[in-house]
Parts: sequence; C-alpha cells; structure tokens
Amino acid sequence: MNQQNMIEAAGLAKRYGETQALDHIDLEVPAGTILGVLGPNGAGKTTGVRILTTLTTPDEGRGWVAGHDVVREAAAVRAKIGVTGQDATLDEALTGRQNLVMVGQLCRLRRSAARSRAAELLGLFELDDAADRVVRGYSGGMRRRLDLAASLVMRPPVLFLDEPTTGLDPNSRQRMWGVIRGLVAEGVTLWLTTQYLDEADALADRIAVIDHGRVIAQGTPRELKAATGSQLLEVTLVSPHAGAAAAVAAFALGHVSVSDDGRRLRGVVRSESGLATAVLRALDQAGVLVDDIAIHQPSLDDVFATLTGADTAAESMAIVEGVLA
Amino acid sequence: MSVTTALPAHVAPRPFDRLRSWWSDVWVMTRRNVIHIRREPMQLSDVTIQPVLFTLLFIYVFGSAMVLAGGGSYKAFALAGLLVMNLTTSTVGTAVGLSTDLATGVIDRLRTLPMSPTSILVGRTISDLLAAALCSSIVALTGLAVGWRPTTNVAEVAAGFGVALLFSYALTWMNACLGMVVSGAESAQGIVFIVIFPLAFVSNVFVPTQGMPSWLQVIANWNPVSAAASACRVLFGNPNPSGAIQAWPMQHPVEATVIWSLALLAVAVPLAGRLYRKRTLD
Repeated sequence: MNQQNMIEAAGLAKRYGETQALDHIDLEVPAGTILGVLGPNGAGKTTGVRILTTLTTPDEGRGWVAGHDVVREAAAVRAKIGVTGQDATLDEALTGRQNLVMVGQLCRLRRSAARSRAAELLGLFELDDAADRVVRGYSGGMRRRLDLAASLVMRPPVLFLDEPTTGLDPNSRQRMWGVIRGLVAEGVTLWLTTQYLDEADALADRIAVIDHGRVIAQGTPRELKAATGSQLLEVTLVSPHAGAAAAVAAFALGHVSVSDDGRRLRGVVRSESGLATAVLRALDQAGVLVDDIAIHQPSLDDVFATLTGADTAAESMAIVEGVLA
Repeated sequence: MSVTTALPAHVAPRPFDRLRSWWSDVWVMTRRNVIHIRREPMQLSDVTIQPVLFTLLFIYVFGSAMVLAGGGSYKAFALAGLLVMNLTTSTVGTAVGLSTDLATGVIDRLRTLPMSPTSILVGRTISDLLAAALCSSIVALTGLAVGWRPTTNVAEVAAGFGVALLFSYALTWMNACLGMVVSGAESAQGIVFIVIFPLAFVSNVFVPTQGMPSWLQVIANWNPVSAAASACRVLFGNPNPSGAIQAWPMQHPVEATVIWSLALLAVAVPLAGRLYRKRTLD
C-alpha cells in the first residue's frame, strides 16, 4: 500500500446471501484528510466501515489502516482506530462516565488514567451534567456525543464515523460538525459515511459516491459537481425575440424552454470554459438584446440523483431542471 | 467548543505482560456485569428469591409426604439437591446475558478495542460464578433456618460447596455455548425448559432414584446432576440413598462430579471461543 494513505481499500467485496453488499471497491484516504462516503441506505457504506474496522472479514480484496492489514493484523488496526457506529455502541445500563472508564481500561489505561480521561472527554463534549446518569435516559444527540467520546479515549489517529448525524436535530448536527472539524484540524484521518450531501460537501476533502456496493464516482466536491458535465443556462432577454431560442438551442443538450412572456430561456448545457461569452456572441449575432445571463453549477443533490438514480441524459436533465425550477 | 486543543498528548498504554492484561480485561468485564446486576436487582431473582422459595416449597410441601428409604429426614436429604438444582437452573443466566450482549451494539464497541476478545466470555462466566456463590449461600442460610445441619467438618462442607460451584461453572460454559447458538434473549430463556429442567429433574435431586422405572434409573444415575447432589450429600454428611447404587458415579460421586465438570469445560470452553468468533464475524 501507499505510505501516504492512512486508509486504503483494494478490491473489497462482501456478499450477504443474495446481496452483494460491497462489489470490489477501491478507495484511498491520505493522512489527515476526510473521505466522505456518500450513498443511499443499503448502498454498502456500513459494510465498508465494518470491514475496515475489523468487525467483518471481506470475501475478497484487502484493506489497510495505518499500514496494517485489517484481516491479518486486526489487533494492530484496533490500536489505531476509533469507531462510532450508526447505532450507538454504548452500554445502556452504565452511566456515561462508567462507559468511558470501561473503554479506557479495556484500552489498557490504569484505572486512574481512565477516570481522568473520561472526566476530560465528558467536559469537552458537554456531558458533565449527565455524566453519572444511566445512558438509557440520554437523548439521541447526547448518545452520539458520548459514542464519539468513547471512540476518542485513546486519541486514535484514524476515525471511522458511520452516519454520525443521522437522526439528529439541526443544533446537535451543527455541534457534531464542529467536533469533526476540530478533530481533523488535529490531524486525524477520517472516514465519514453519510446520506447527507450537504454534510459531505461541508466536511469532506474528497467524496466517494457509492451505490449497490460500487464506487460510482469520486473526487473533490467541486470535481463531482463538474463531472456531471451539465449546467443550467438561464438567459433573460430585453424583449421577446424569435431567433433567441434557436441561438441558445445550439448549446443545449435538450429542449430549451421559453417562459410565457417570451423573455426567459432555460436549458441544460454541457459545461465548458468560455460558455457564457459564446452564448452571448451567438445571441448578439442573432440580433438579440440580453439583460441577464446565468450559468448555475448543479448542486451535489443533482450530482447525487444523477449518479445514483437516473442513468440516461434525459433523466438527469429532467432532475436538474426539476431541482432548480 | 474546542475538542482539539484540549486533547492531551497520547497516553501510552502501560507495558503489561499478556496474561496480566488479559486478566485486567476479564476483571473490567466482570465488574461491568456486576454493575448491570446492581442496576437491575430483579435479574438476580433466580439466585436470591428462587432459592428461598424452592427450598421452602420442597422441604415443607414435598417433604411432608416423603419417607426416605434407609431413614433420615427429607430436610437433610433435600438440601444438597436443592443447592445443585438452584445452581443448575441459574446457569441459564449466562445464556441470557450473553445473547443480550450479542444483540446490542456494545459488542461492536468492545470488538474494535485492543482488548482480549475472550475476556468477554470469561468475564461473563466469572460474574455468573459470583452470582452462583451468592445463590449457594442463600440456599445454605435458608436450609440452616429450617433446621438443615451438615454433620461433617468445616473443610468437608467447604469442599461440598466447592464441588457444587465447580459443577455450576462448567454448566455456565455450556450455557454460554447455547446462548450464542440461539437468536436472542427470549430464545435463550427457552433453554431452561428444553435443556435445564430435564437435566435437573431426571436425577436424585428431589427423590432417590430407586423408585424410578429401571430405564429412567440408568439415566438418572449417570446424570451429572445426580453425581453433584450425591457428592454434596456425602461431603455434608447428609443422608445419601444413592450410595447403595452400583453405578460408578453413585459409588464415587465426588470424583464423578469433578470428572464431569472438567470434561464439560474441556468441550465447552474451546467451543464457546469458536462460536463467539463465528457469531461475531459477519
């Protein structure tokens, strides 16, 4: 494996009965960066996390975390990782503090060290007031924070967060984002799965979109947006003009719609540099006077829908138009 | 909130040798199970309330109609049987506890820690052994309160309880295996009726086996539960009608109980380890 990568998956595959949960995925996460693994429910996100965190063995392929093979050197991997699962992995009958002390002791800290680390984390995650209450009575946001705290007891260099904000209210979500940003500023390498595009967009350095167990696209959020290849062109005319639609249609990938008053034209266009100038020149040659021209980058939502749901160009354009309408 | 700046430098784990760190993990898991019991004391009813009830019920209800061949009071005969019976049924707690843990997310947390995986199983069996010790003392105290008396010396009485607890510990591992085979805590509870009740009742625990149909006598005389009850009777100096039976375990109940227990442990401990690995991968 590449020494620069803290996490690497090479051809990982896993089948559960008839379902191919992971279908030979290759992913790399350079040290100190966040990989956002984005996909709908059942896409294989959790299976990927379970393999890389030694909870499940792959049928095929290999995985490395901090240079250690996740199957052959599982114990070495466990010493380097923190994991926060989609379902909180806490002991419901213990208090928050008892959970953290237990984890610390199982990480071979002395009892006194485990206790002081627990107190520190409870403070950092604003759980002091609830520290000595049984976890069963915690709210969803408190559970997630305690779960994350439990993953950080040994200050692991590699963290796996499986849908850390699913089901949280907006406040708790913002708080969790703050925590995650802080961790990465510290140099932690993070594998973050999420169903939320805005989350991946806001936090991740790189995004891998997975669906049906396969990586269907990866890149920076910006690259992904550009990779769909289409943008929405909107032109507002000074007054309706018969030649305008034809001039715009030369750039469009499909139908160009004209508003009822004949002044606004919309169409999906292939993104290329200098597009706005080219469109303006064409309109100018047709004798059309333009008030306003706008080219929108598609949102990640469009990218996502395009990649996971809609295979044909027509469908993806319909989605882009639908979202931006 | 600054999570990052306040994080202290990496605290180095202290250099343990492997056995000590394994034992430390086992102890942490044992303590955790004990906290669970403290949180929900009703979990302990099968080693606290049940022994008292069973002891009183059997001694006063059954005992009122029971005449022992060869003499002796039913009270004196029954107590060792009740001790073994209560210990046997309470080992189902291991199956229930383990299958409950396996069904919750906490096992995933534990499995991603650099701890010894076997300590989860061993910790469970040790906390259940502690519960079994509590159960034994409650049976003994109830017995003493209603007039049961051992007639041997302190060392032999202690050996009697020791043999009973060894037997119960072996059954705990058998239940650990069963708990990992069934799908959840409710099914684990079903083990009581399918495995434990026949095991506890087709024995000399409540009645001497001499009155049973001959085919049933064979089963009862070779049932390890009978050996354990006879061993306790011998070591407590209480009436033991099974001593007149020719079957080897009835002639040598203490040796038989120890052999049964060690044989069960030799099978169940490695099997539990394998079942745990199988159950927790995938």
